[in-house]
Amino acid sequence: MPWTIFDTWIAVTGMLCAMSAASIGSFLVLRKMSMMGDAISHAVLPGLALAFFFTGARDSFPMFIGAAVAGILTALFTQWISRFGQVDRGAAMGIVFTTLFAIGLLLIVRAADHVDLDPGCVLYGAIELTPLDMVKVGLFELPRAAVVNGTMLLINLGVIKLLFKELRLSSFDPGLADTLGFSPGFLHYLLMTMVAITTVAAFESVGSIIVIAMLIVPAATALLLTRRLVPMLAIACAVGATSAWLGHYMAIRIPPLFGISDTTSSGMMAFAVGLLFTVAWIFAPDEGLVARARRRRGGNGAPKMPDTSTADAVAE
Amino acid sequence: MFETITDVLFLKDHNTRVVVISVMLLGVSSGIIGAFLLLRKRSLMGDVLSHATLPGIGIAFAIMTSLGFSGKSLPGLLLGAAVSGVAGLLLMLAIRSTTRLRDDVAMGFVLSVFFGLGVAVLGMVQKMPGANAAGLESFIYGKTASMVMQDAQLIGGVALVISVVALLFKKEFTLLCFDDGYARAQGWPVVLLDIAMLALVTAVTVIGLQAVGLILIIAFLIIPATAARFWTHRLDLMLLLSAVLGAVSGWLGASFSGIFSDLPAGAIIVLVAASIFLFSMLFGTDRGVIPRIRDHSRLKRRVGRQHLLRAAYEILEQQPGSLANMPVERASLLARRSWSAREFNRLLRRARAEDHIESVSADAIGLSESGFGEAARITRNHRLWELYLIRHADVAPSHVDRDADMVEHILGSEMVRKLEAELDLDTELLPSPHRL
Repeated sequence: MPWTIFDTWIAVTGMLCAMSAASIGSFLVLRKMSMMGDAISHAVLPGLALAFFFTGARDSFPMFIGAAVAGILTALFTQWISRFGQVDRGAAMGIVFTTLFAIGLLLIVRAADHVDLDPGCVLYGAIELTPLDMVKVGLFELPRAAVVNGTMLLINLGVIKLLFKELRLSSFDPGLADTLGFSPGFLHYLLMTMVAITTVAAFESVGSIIVIAMLIVPAATALLLTRRLVPMLAIACAVGATSAWLGHYMAIRIPPLFGISDTTSSGMMAFAVGLLFTVAWIFAPDEGLVARARRRRGGNGAPKMPDTSTADAVAE
Repeated sequence: MFETITDVLFLKDHNTRVVVISVMLLGVSSGIIGAFLLLRKRSLMGDVLSHATLPGIGIAFAIMTSLGFSGKSLPGLLLGAAVSGVAGLLLMLAIRSTTRLRDDVAMGFVLSVFFGLGVAVLGMVQKMPGANAAGLESFIYGKTASMVMQDAQLIGGVALVISVVALLFKKEFTLLCFDDGYARAQGWPVVLLDIAMLALVTAVTVIGLQAVGLILIIAFLIIPATAARFWTHRLDLMLLLSAVLGAVSGWLGASFSGIFSDLPAGAIIVLVAASIFLFSMLFGTDRGVIPRIRDHSRLKRRVGRQHLLRAAYEILEQQPGSLANMPVERASLLARRSWSAREFNRLLRRARAEDHIESVSADAIGLSESGFGEAARITRNHRLWELYLIRHADVAPSHVDRDADMVEHILGSEMVRKLEAELDLDTELLPSPHRL
């Protein structure tokens, strides 16, 4: 299948989505909260479902409200259960998001008679359909999903730029941040809200589950290549963007090798970012497997130092 | 309608009976495995593994269809799921040990990338010529209603085997969960045991996929175990309770979903489990929120009473002449500690209710006989503890008051006797080692 303008739009939408997720997701990874991203993207489902119930349409704005609320509730409930119930944090997260997801599923099935919402669409999006929904922005005609994700990217970058010092400090040294008066609670819940909203912005394109790949993996890849924050953010966005193009390309080129026309681009985008991570894992200058093997071999038989597997990126 | 409900609940309805029983067995096995996971602080592994199975399911379907078999044969799909899950597990462990990335990142990576690949594979599979892929998505939501007899038997059987194996390894897993350093030092193959535990998790996840769906098997692995934790701290009881709660959630959930067959089964089962969890968290006898609040307020009351009595006693000690039970000035009592007026009055009220205080006037409080005796005893305990801290714990005399304050309320009479023996004392009255 030749590459058409539709494919370009799909790739562009995916790229904007990936970059907005990668930027905000970097802070999740730095705070050792990657699984929270997973929890939130599952937990936004009831928020979306309720928004559908009340507005009866796939209108963007109420969904963002519903998602933001769901994101905050997830973080809140996890905190409560973990603190007042003295439950292990991961377990608390699991309880909260699976329950919210179950509620969301029930709501969606109930609402399915009234609203045209396919749960599969929520989970892995329908990015292939996005070029069919164009809007006019100034002089240009763009897919609506691209506009939504582009706006999300700008918002995320704006928040990061505005709160850069606070975010950086509280991610690397929460104790000091607290002493200096940057409210850690506020930043935490703000981050969770941004993740939730980013997830919803993505749900029409790559779906709310696959966005987890974009939240975590680009940042993880960047961590293998640098220890400084600004390069990490830049690399994460670049990796995210590349994987969008690569993923869509693979989605239309690989299935024909098996006699099938094409497949879900969003899935392939997640797989693509995994491939990029693997390349970095193997070939990264200091951290990669090849580099480590070379160090070990050139060690003159000296005993190998135990691996300090800490993701202690140093603040710039 | 009512008859239908009771029939299903009591396993009389033969359509739903096998399904309910197999889901109950699934609940038992996930409860047991989930308990070990919780203790090992790895509850979210179920999440990772369940997402990681998706590519395997898709590929297994594709292979079986292209070889001419029915694509949806459950053992084949489960085998594919297991291979994929194990691959994800090994990848996760590899990332963890060869990079500086932490647990949570490795887990998130495997989860999201494998799931994405799975979605892509399913997308291809659904377009395969000659493939009947409808219903493959039931692996995501669970569809107990459409479970066939053989499938239910397979799930129930495997669940039973998993439970038995887990119990066989109980001693090893217990050691692993509570002190893996010790286990390693003693020569146990900690890494292999970890992998064995995670293999059992994979097995539960894989068979749970058909019954409750991918997203919700995670809940089954976490919720019953966490709920059980609120009722006991003994491992054996916790395992048993976790299995029971899992079975109950499965029983009620599968029954309800059998009756209201248009609702997703996994969602209902999870909500049943979540309600049980909520109840346990609030009322559980070992750690529930409400019992803890009740215990805490009891302790606060005891502390308040003892502080009041001791304050009165120490004022009386300091008055000129020999020690006797006389009225104590309200103002001097209030000055000894940082009580607010309201707290003070509340303490007085309670002391009166317990007959420790005899008379209350506008400016003086009078202790009763029993109150005076109790005050003497409390003060003596306090001083004993202070002496102990000075002589045996090397705490400076000016510091002991506060420490003793915190600990003394828990001193029982046996502890008092021990302290007396330690300090070689038998006098009734003890002077204070520091300035009052």
